[in-house]
Amino acid sequence: MSKEEEILQALVKKFGFLENRIKTQRPRRILADVDIGNFKTLLDYAVKELRFPILLTMTGLDEGEKIAVIYHMASEDGCILNIRTAIAKVNPSLKTITDIFPNADIYERELEDLLGIKVDGLAPGNRYPLPDGWPAGEYPLRKDWKKNKEKVGDDHA
Amino acid sequence: MTMHKFTIPVGPQHPALKEPESFLVTLSGEKIMKFSARLGYNHRGIEKACEERTYTQDVYLTERICGICSHSHSTCFVQAVEEIAGAVVPNRALYIRTIIAELERIHSHLLWLGVAGHEVGFDTLLMYTWRDRELVMDILALTTGNRVNYGINTIGGVRRDLTSDQIKKTLNAMDKLEERTKYYIQIATEETTLIKRLSGVGVLSHKDAVKLGAVGPTARASGVDRDVRRDDPYAAYDQIKFKVITDNHNDVYGRTLVRMGELMECYNMIRQLLKNLPEGPITVKVPRKIPAGEATSRYEAPRGEDVHYVKSNGTEKPERVKVRAPTLANIQTVAKMLEDRQLADLPIVIAAIDPCFSCTDRLTVLKDSDSGKKRVMKWEDLHHYSIEWHLKHGVDFSGLNSKLSAKLAKVK
Repeated sequence: MSKEEEILQALVKKFGFLENRIKTQRPRRILADVDIGNFKTLLDYAVKELRFPILLTMTGLDEGEKIAVIYHMASEDGCILNIRTAIAKVNPSLKTITDIFPNADIYERELEDLLGIKVDGLAPGNRYPLPDGWPAGEYPLRKDWKKNKEKVGDDHA
Repeated sequence: MTMHKFTIPVGPQHPALKEPESFLVTLSGEKIMKFSARLGYNHRGIEKACEERTYTQDVYLTERICGICSHSHSTCFVQAVEEIAGAVVPNRALYIRTIIAELERIHSHLLWLGVAGHEVGFDTLLMYTWRDRELVMDILALTTGNRVNYGINTIGGVRRDLTSDQIKKTLNAMDKLEERTKYYIQIATEETTLIKRLSGVGVLSHKDAVKLGAVGPTARASGVDRDVRRDDPYAAYDQIKFKVITDNHNDVYGRTLVRMGELMECYNMIRQLLKNLPEGPITVKVPRKIPAGEATSRYEAPRGEDVHYVKSNGTEKPERVKVRAPTLANIQTVAKMLEDRQLADLPIVIAAIDPCFSCTDRLTVLKDSDSGKKRVMKWEDLHHYSIEWHLKHGVDFSGLNSKLSAKLAKVK
């Protein structure tokens, strides 16, 4: 059995909620889709038991009704476990994972700035990557966002 | 008596920084007590712009994310798109991509070595390495048509084939560069002032490197044995032999040794790739509309791991393109490296993670001041003009290494 297939089997066996919601995308790539309530359980297990000690980055996606976030995790032997979860688009919020991955800090700030996700538990610090004068409530990576000179000013448009 | 604390801003524009980033440094005397970074001054909204353009346009756009790792970003992007489209890229194209990738690493590492020399007041090293870097820049211009932003990638393969003349010239350049790199390794391992200036500076323990998610030479110099080329191979890396260079000095000196070791590996890799370059086509046709799907692509750029995530929706424009460049991962380690250090170490510590900045100038239009007539000087003309100018002023750059060894022999 291939590496990714072994991991997939182990995960399905351990967590009933992954039934039909996990697949191998290609050799060394796994995608698991979880509800936000089960996210932390899976993340902890992936880090501690399955040995995915690397957080590559986090991707936020505007999916219309919901905002999805993919946590791209990697193992030492080159496998990626993409953990995808989704939250409501109205007042979207997530809990920080900086307690496990201190490097998530900048990726979470990016989600805050570009998609308007509030990340709870994030230490006070500089915003990233938008400028200080950027108007509140403007989230460029949302699908309905359009450049608007009146709102964001000439400097940023 | 307690020392009064001062907080000083460094950047976004500052003589000691080569690119716009802003750091707030709290000092007690000369000692750094606290360090925080404000990034985003170069944010150009490329992820959003990718969604508004076609896949083909995005190849060129992602290539412009970085002026140095330009091939890194375009390769990382096309790999993701090809995976979604199920395209089987011809092996010759994979080889050519890998060759350009390693040429890019040579140019990037030599550039870094020069910057590092400059930051510690060793400007001779800057002059030497940047002179030698021209060898690889010439090869990149010869094989791709450009010094940076090579435009070699396309979705489904590469846009230019290698000719036997180009292969011969590239191999020649590798021999020359290898000889020069050996000389730099000798300097780095024997020149006491350089060793002392770099040792114990910008310390990042193995534990912290892992915890903070360091990547590339920054991580490998803290004994983190990770390299995507070996661990999650792409392009032609699973078809060649190479060593992943690591070091346990955990400091700027270690980062220097790792990059120089990697240079030596680059020359070997390029020789293997050119020797075994498979015959066949260099591209496969991929439809303009990419079926719905998603892919995560990784690439070991000169500065560390580059990650792209692409989601498609069945149209000719992507639904989402996400980019994580290596500097974003490494900048988070800088605060740790500067803890309790002297302010004077700040420029070299920041430079040692090799943050990215762009360069290039290859066509100059000159206006004759008397006649007002315009004439165009191409790269070759400028190159030639520069050599002639120096010769006229009594500086002869030809055969420097042989002259140097003759001089050394005389001293002995």
